[in-house]
Amino acid sequence: MPIAAIIQVLLALLLAPLLPGVINRVKAFFAGRCGPPLLQPYYDILKLLRKGAVYSRTTSWVFRAGPVLGLAAAMVSLTVLPLGGTPAALAFHGDLLLFAYLLGLMRFVTMTAALDTGSAFEGMGASREAWFAMLAEPALLLGLAAMAVHTGSLSLSGMLDGLALADIRGPGAPLLLLVAVAFTIVLLTENARIPVDDPNTHLELTMIHEVMVLDHGGVDFGFIQYAACLKLWALAALLTGVLLPPPGGWPPANMALGVALILAVAVMVGVIESVMARLKLVRVPQLLVAASVLSALALALVLR
Amino acid sequence: MMLFLTALAVMTAGGAACLLIGRRPAASWVGASTCVLASAAVLAAAAGAMISGRADELLLPWPIPFGSFHVGVDGLSAFFALVIALVCPAAAIYGVSYLKPYQEKKSLGRTWFFFNLLIVSMLLVVAARDAVLFLIAWEVMALTSFFLVMFDGEQAETVAAGWTYLIATHLGTAFLLAMFVLLSGDGPSMDFSRLRAASPAAAGACFLLALAGFGTKAGFVPLHVWLPQAHPAAPSHVSAVMSGVMIKTGIYGLLRVLTLLGAPEGWWGWTLVGVGAVSGILGVLLALAQHDLKRLLAYHSVENIGIITLGIGLGLIGASSGDAALAVLGMLGAILHVLNHAVFKALLFLGAGAILHATGSRNIEQLGGLIRRMGTTGATFLIGSAAISGLPPLNGFVSEFLIYAGAFGALAGKPGTGAAALPALIVILALAMIGGLAAACFAKAFGMAFLGEPRSGAADCAHEAPAGMCLPMIVLSALCVGIGLLGALAVAAAVPAAAVLLPAADVLDLARPARLWLGYISAGALLLLVLAAALAALRRRLLSGREVGRTVTWDCGYAAPTARMQYTASSFASPLLGSFRLILRPDLQVQAPQAMFPAAASLHTRVEDTFERHVFKPAFRLVRKLALRLHWLQAGPNQLYVLYVAIAVMALLVWKLR
Repeated sequence: MPIAAIIQVLLALLLAPLLPGVINRVKAFFAGRCGPPLLQPYYDILKLLRKGAVYSRTTSWVFRAGPVLGLAAAMVSLTVLPLGGTPAALAFHGDLLLFAYLLGLMRFVTMTAALDTGSAFEGMGASREAWFAMLAEPALLLGLAAMAVHTGSLSLSGMLDGLALADIRGPGAPLLLLVAVAFTIVLLTENARIPVDDPNTHLELTMIHEVMVLDHGGVDFGFIQYAACLKLWALAALLTGVLLPPPGGWPPANMALGVALILAVAVMVGVIESVMARLKLVRVPQLLVAASVLSALALALVLR
Repeated sequence: MMLFLTALAVMTAGGAACLLIGRRPAASWVGASTCVLASAAVLAAAAGAMISGRADELLLPWPIPFGSFHVGVDGLSAFFALVIALVCPAAAIYGVSYLKPYQEKKSLGRTWFFFNLLIVSMLLVVAARDAVLFLIAWEVMALTSFFLVMFDGEQAETVAAGWTYLIATHLGTAFLLAMFVLLSGDGPSMDFSRLRAASPAAAGACFLLALAGFGTKAGFVPLHVWLPQAHPAAPSHVSAVMSGVMIKTGIYGLLRVLTLLGAPEGWWGWTLVGVGAVSGILGVLLALAQHDLKRLLAYHSVENIGIITLGIGLGLIGASSGDAALAVLGMLGAILHVLNHAVFKALLFLGAGAILHATGSRNIEQLGGLIRRMGTTGATFLIGSAAISGLPPLNGFVSEFLIYAGAFGALAGKPGTGAAALPALIVILALAMIGGLAAACFAKAFGMAFLGEPRSGAADCAHEAPAGMCLPMIVLSALCVGIGLLGALAVAAAVPAAAVLLPAADVLDLARPARLWLGYISAGALLLLVLAAALAALRRRLLSGREVGRTVTWDCGYAAPTARMQYTASSFASPLLGSFRLILRPDLQVQAPQAMFPAAASLHTRVEDTFERHVFKPAFRLVRKLALRLHWLQAGPNQLYVLYVAIAVMALLVWKLR
């Protein structure tokens, strides 16, 4: 069991950079382009790790600590997530809170590192990040609460045991659907994807996540890119690993299925990014409040 | 018990000695050293009471009507005494250096007298087992802290804050007086062991009176209005004690009275959950709107008191509905948050004091770049900021986790049927919102004060605080990390207190699973630190020997940015506050850029306390108006007053001889 738990963390560490690659290929497909190689994110990160660094004279150690702490928090968050029915290494009553607050820690260090540069753009990015995160937090926690009530477990790994395959077609279906939509919105927000943020935008004024890391370069930026991949993996694992019960059977097959589902989430993100435009900034809170309402609705359904 | 009382005597004697020493510099040393010494003794006494598990009591005769000198230290008292004795010596040591610049201008002996007496009175409040003794200690606490707030009495703002505080605290005491009278019935003594509610209705009335009376001290919304005025006005080490520790005596009083009222009713818990959610969310929202660092911290105290109240509310709901697990988790979380908030709030106030000391400003719009000038203050303030935002691996997360776990457990335990489902939902929603907003607020406070470029000359010339001020901050931040890493151990200290509150439950047994979960959290926190250290080492290794350059911040190619071009605290908070403008109603003064070549433009935002503006100011205006109507009674001639006395005596005679 512990070996399986360790293997799934290693799988995440190894395969996470594949997700942006998949997203970019899907977007390229929709645009009729060839697109970058599937492994491009790996090349990018490795290249960044081989570079030197340039720091702003305004920055202090807070700026340098940001990427290190952010990556560490992202790595720890992987240890509480189940994959394909395999319980996580740190599976305990309330691990979902540790997960939510580790994401909070990651955000906090990114924001402080951004403010350390003294740039108006990065301050603006940090402000928007704080704003959206404040609105996304209730959606995530209420959704998790709905799942906790439905499965009778307060552990992300334990939730899977409380779910049966029959649930997807049976009485649990509306609940799972509502939570899945809410979590998808949280995933898109937390990972700065369309319709909340556009990772490809070229204008500092319109960026949210990207503008906060403008001044980072070299090894630090490599850490940030890798941490972003891990965060995408973590939220995709939350979406698929907690809401979709595994069919049961041979564990390695289950794990492979879990990975395939996470890659499918990447494809879904790519499709969303291809078929819709980014929302106006003032509309984003409405989307996030809607996610909270969906989670609350799910909770009302299950508490009924 | 003797150790405890000896410590109180030492501290009082130290305070009195300070009064005699007066203006000479030795006053600081005498005051602080007796405080530290006595606190160590109190710590030992409290730890002894926790470990032995016995309630230690002492009853001495006392020539005061209805009163007796009855003191005791049980699990609950010991925990609060521990909180007081941990934070106050840190503030005292800090105070020695902090007050040095005032040496020529003011009599520091008097300040130290009030400071030591404040600590003595707080310890007596948590140890009193007699209502008269309790109220006397309570009053001494209110008065000493009032005099400490008035330290800068030359400034009109301070005087106004002091009066607001004095009026608020006495209105609160009036409720307490009524409550104790109601509880004591018509018996000859007001000993706690004799106090009990005559009927369920009386118990409910006592609960409401306690909520109003103790809530004024603790800072429940809407009774909090004195807090953001008085705490910034006091010297910073006093703010740390008041905000970190003194307001917790309100929580203690509420908890102690709950033990006297017998089995709780369901609506008490509901009320507390409602009060806690409103205090928590409004507290953090109003904090986000502040630019005055100490005022911001004071509003965060309102928020954290809200979190503590959410925990107590859950605990009461659990106790009244027979859900022992919920009761224990809620109470443990609330009690532990008392300690945690005391530690990080004291740390943050001391940090704010160091900034004030170095720059002379509390306005974060005037600060910036301090972390490169004040390294220790910056690092410890960052730890405090992360802790108060409830982020792992620090202590704030541990206590919030317990409250969260209780709420989630109540939801998941028995779907659909649990009486606790709706309050648990409110708790989760409130904590989630508070968490996000608090992180935003402290990213703002820390980011604007310590990061970027200095926004004023004073911030540019800032210097690190002396070692005497840095040391307490380092110790308190180490406590933040320590409790965060060893949450299970900290819970063990809270167990005896919860056992006093929940006599029916086997708290030790029910706390066991919580300690297991906290063990997992410690493992996660440790893993986080190890990974961070490993990654930092990797980064250093990768960068060694490579070219590491320095340049200006990227500003879209603009190479000469000035400090004024940075993002400001107002703009940072603006979108978040905009989402809540219906509640906060910010005042905007906009001078928009005009014409083709605009010469000047300005924007001022100010958020006034909604309750202060719309509830208390009109209410006191009404009181004033009514009072003026009675003005004719006090017209001036002495003969008239003699007549009043005569009429009063006559009336009494008639009443007695009737």
